[in-house]
Amino acid sequence: MADAGMLRFHVPEPEVRPGGTPDFSDVTIPKAGSVPRPEIDVDPRTIRDLAFSIIRVLNRAGEAVGPWAGLLSDEELLEGLRHMVTLRSFDARMQMAQRQGKTSFYMQHLGEEAVSCAFRKALAPGDMNFPTYRQAGLLIADGYPMVTMMNQIYSNEADPLKGRQLPIMYSSKEHGFFSISGNLATQYIQAVGWAMASAISNDQKIAAAWIGDGSTAESDFHSALVFASTYKAPVVLNVVNNQWAISTFQGIARGGSGTFAARGLGFGIPSLRVDGNDYLAVHAVAKWAAERARNNLGPTLVEYVTYRVGAHSSSDDPSAYRPKAESDAWPLGDPIVRLKNHLIQRGVWSDERHAQAEAEILDTVISAQREAERHGTLHAGGKPSARDMFEGVYAEMPPHLRRQRQQAGV
Amino acid sequence: MPRRTMIEAIRDAMDVSMARDERVIVFGEDVGFFGGVFRCTQGLQAKYGKSRCFDAPISESGIVGAAIGMAAYGLKPCVEVQFADYVYPAYDQIVSEAARLRYRSNGDFTCPIVVRMPTGGGIFGGQTHSQSPEALFTHVSGLKVVVPSNPHDAKGLLIAAIEDPDPVIFLEPKRLYNGPFDGHHERPVTPWSKHELGEVADGHYTVPLGKAVIRRQGAAVTVLAYGTMVYVAQAAAEETGIDAEIIDLRTLLPLDLETIVASVSKTGRCVVVHEATLTSGFGAELSALVQENCFHHLEAPVARVTGWDTPYPHAQEWDYFPGPARLGRALVETMEA
Repeated sequence: MADAGMLRFHVPEPEVRPGGTPDFSDVTIPKAGSVPRPEIDVDPRTIRDLAFSIIRVLNRAGEAVGPWAGLLSDEELLEGLRHMVTLRSFDARMQMAQRQGKTSFYMQHLGEEAVSCAFRKALAPGDMNFPTYRQAGLLIADGYPMVTMMNQIYSNEADPLKGRQLPIMYSSKEHGFFSISGNLATQYIQAVGWAMASAISNDQKIAAAWIGDGSTAESDFHSALVFASTYKAPVVLNVVNNQWAISTFQGIARGGSGTFAARGLGFGIPSLRVDGNDYLAVHAVAKWAAERARNNLGPTLVEYVTYRVGAHSSSDDPSAYRPKAESDAWPLGDPIVRLKNHLIQRGVWSDERHAQAEAEILDTVISAQREAERHGTLHAGGKPSARDMFEGVYAEMPPHLRRQRQQAGV
Repeated sequence: MPRRTMIEAIRDAMDVSMARDERVIVFGEDVGFFGGVFRCTQGLQAKYGKSRCFDAPISESGIVGAAIGMAAYGLKPCVEVQFADYVYPAYDQIVSEAARLRYRSNGDFTCPIVVRMPTGGGIFGGQTHSQSPEALFTHVSGLKVVVPSNPHDAKGLLIAAIEDPDPVIFLEPKRLYNGPFDGHHERPVTPWSKHELGEVADGHYTVPLGKAVIRRQGAAVTVLAYGTMVYVAQAAAEETGIDAEIIDLRTLLPLDLETIVASVSKTGRCVVVHEATLTSGFGAELSALVQENCFHHLEAPVARVTGWDTPYPHAQEWDYFPGPARLGRALVETMEA
């Protein structure tokens, strides 16, 4: 109907604010196993509906069902559970260390552990992730030493980055983990460039780009999709939709497009949505996308539907902008509980063994923490030298930095 | 020795580099099949194939962002931004990413890229095809910033930039592409084929980054110039009869302070000239360095001759451009001070 009255300005709002009752009734959750699994060389035009659905493997009874199930063995699933429990335990200890003043800043993964832990297992050695600040599971699941992560978090004398970077902005080429910038979205197009370079070099390695729901609004996201589409770059384009960009609900970045996966459709990029709290689903979809990339079929966009249970960072208090009980109402549950229940259902795990494993893992984390703290914490003990501050700006120190270092007397 | 225009010299630098090292790749807007709007990459796609020289979407942040990823992989991208005026969408990638990658990862990842772009005015390009944004890059730790003034240097500096292990911003004064230009826009252009610095050796050679060169020996006053202003300075010295020592900085970051200090300590006077706007321009840095390092030798205040603090105008191009008359007046005033 025609409406030629005064123009009205539209600002989207989340369903509920603090004080309200959490409501996710608008989030449509398809039954586990109900979304088909296309061949990797499918014509992208025929699977556009996958950008609006949610691929799920684990059902409410803890069973793995449907065409995306059956890829992982008991051992692999038990290992995945261990990685997620380790990440959660690591986060809890480091969050506490931040509160104790041992470092300046921390970012945890609470509720999102499955995304990075499961994705890592879909990659091959030599592949490269271009992560954001909430994918430390990529390192944990690849066996990167926790002590080294903690040394970085503490900016101590053993910090591989010499105290130059904010806590959790890790870098490990050896473990396929590109240096985290701290700026948002810049890494997305870099991942595409890395993948283009691999193709230019007739290599077999692929790249994985990571971004959050909020940062998809950055122009780097758009240019990454253009380049990935144009050059059919061997890259998996990951969007972790954890519903919240600090205090801003995902609707502000998403606008009217329905889903973030749908962003890929205009570029002709196969775009899938997956239950980000379902370890098996994340792994299966990641594997599908990685195989496409490795077989010269080009990029795939994957939206992981999850929920940021914790605060954005140690500097954030979510009670100011969302209901406290919202995370309990999140319909996709907890990734660790769901995998644990599945393993129990498979007959290879139990509540007792889980409790025991949690305790053992906590011990491992605590002993790693003790070892890291022997090298110092941000304000106590060993730390990188002031001289280190001047190193590494360039391959070779230019005269003006030499003069400044002398001036600083270090 | 063969004579080449600056365009041909720049193309030759990429050609030589691509032939020597298969990790060197070239891309940008209109750069592939067509060979670039200034023709700097003409023939490279035909010679090296589409994997090593190709057209990019109109997305400067995409071009530089992709180049950073390629460098992290192990390639050595030399990308073109069509005009320096178009580089701002890529500024975040250059400043926050390329410049800091080595530092923030403690050398785990590095970023050996070259970002080439035509700079400066004098072609009636208006405010979007005339800017000189060098100071926006010299302010960034981790970058190198190069401005050649002739075909010989352009080739040697570009090869050095491509071989450099760190990101280099390579600003090509577009008014010099086809011949030296001293600001006398009313006179016919001298082509590089008639200029000794148009002599460009075949094959591989480098001009080291971070080394200035004295273009004119003199005793009365030091002129610090780069790019097009080198020729403006030469014209101003000739026209005023002032025995100026003209230094062509060639690399702004890292800067050859030694050559500057030696010259100003000898002459006792210094005029800084650039086409970019005055306020917070690179001339401010040069002026500060000269007074910090040569204070006891100075017999006059350090003068700056620059573009005005306005956007680069179209019809008023020659009122804006710091030509030999304006520089000449500054030289006279500095001598009289």
